Amino acid sequence: MTSKLSNAQIAWRAAQDIEDGAYVNLGIGFPEMVARYQPEGREAIFHTENGILNFGEPPAEGEEDWDLINAGKKAVTLKPGAAFFHHADSFAMVRGGHLDVAILGAYQVAENGDLANWSVGAGGVPAVGGAMDLVHGAKRVAVITEHVTKKGEPKLLSRCTLPLTGVGCVTRVYTSLAVIDIEGGRFVLREKLPAISLNELQSLTGAELLVPGPVTDLIVPEL
Amino acid sequence: MPLNKTVDSLAEAVAGIGDGASVMIGGFGGSGAPIELIHALIDRYLATGHPKNLVVINNNAGNGHVGLAALIEQRMVRKLICSFPRSADPRVFTDMYLAGEIELELVPQGTLAERIRAGGAGIPAFYTPTAYGTDLAAGKTVEIFEGRPYVQERWLKADFAIVKARRADSHGNLTYSKAARNFNPLMCMAAAHTIVQVEEIVAPGDIDPEAVITPGIFVQAVVRVPDPQQEEVLNRQGAHHP
Repeated sequence: MTSKLSNAQIAWRAAQDIEDGAYVNLGIGFPEMVARYQPEGREAIFHTENGILNFGEPPAEGEEDWDLINAGKKAVTLKPGAAFFHHADSFAMVRGGHLDVAILGAYQVAENGDLANWSVGAGGVPAVGGAMDLVHGAKRVAVITEHVTKKGEPKLLSRCTLPLTGVGCVTRVYTSLAVIDIEGGRFVLREKLPAISLNELQSLTGAELLVPGPVTDLIVPEL
Repeated sequence: MPLNKTVDSLAEAVAGIGDGASVMIGGFGGSGAPIELIHALIDRYLATGHPKNLVVINNNAGNGHVGLAALIEQRMVRKLICSFPRSADPRVFTDMYLAGEIELELVPQGTLAERIRAGGAGIPAFYTPTAYGTDLAAGKTVEIFEGRPYVQERWLKADFAIVKARRADSHGNLTYSKAARNFNPLMCMAAAHTIVQVEEIVAPGDIDPEAVITPGIFVQAVVRVPDPQQEEVLNRQGAHHP
């Protein structure tokens, strides 16, 4: 298969679209990497569900304050201008339309904007956290993901087959191969790796990719 | 006699929690978790066989073998209402859940917070966009507002709340430490009897009214635990309770 972007490179690309002054929530795990790649000269304010606005880098090992953690329960630090609040206020920020961007991981994304990222179906212990809240309310809900599963199956589909996190909520998908918008219930290709052909990309995608305008080369620095 | 909600010991603070009680336990992971109050409840159970068959409301399912995980491990919990029962080391809950020995009500985190807030605020139901069209909204009432579908959710109240705060005065006015606030102010509101462990108890007037996060009206008992244990630290030490 054609070379693809690393997780860090996908996170870098997603970070380039975060506007100066944006209030942003990053899902736990992979999406947390987006914070590392904020463009010079822009300041984003990061929100965590457990009640902090404007948290920063993890502290040095041994310097952790366990009353200062993020939603992934990892120790964080504060930046000047940080604020604490309780959980009901935190989710008022989420559902009330006050966040500018939420960037989440995905098991599957459908062309109608449906997202599946909380359950792989039967078996194990189900856990949802704040994912179902985050997909509603942020002005822009973006997904970062591998383009296909480890088995090579498409993660971008006409309809999700796994249990849904939210209905019609995703507006942009950053994958290891392309940047794709969701508009009018369809996947619209905006950028792709120069090395991959449109046909090859389509063959790795579980729904039709519309190409209404020019497709920009997806160029990301080595990280 | 001046109002004084101070209780002398942890054992006395949790003495009223009986079999079958619903108990909101504060904290998000270890931050804000009232480890000493939970351990006092376990100690009472080990000595007397009570309380058991508890319904516990917490965001998580505990970690390791201390705090909430230890409470579950003693089989004192019949049902857990939470948003995220998976984490670094939740084997205690996981094993019991997969063996069918504990009931789970899974609630999206923001819905959990708002249900607790609503319980404390006297609002029996509300509508939220969260979970619409998903398995977690199955069977729930849906209504359209301004063209968008919303799911009806019900308030959540409890017989007791046990939470950790930083500082209290003898009226029960509370301040918290950093992000250890999380669910705790909401749980204080939603329980019939709220028990708070704090590092220090000061005289009325010694907390600036501008700084009070939980007003004392929501608190029934405060107990002093000057140097509280932290779940993350205990688990790094491999601690067990008892």
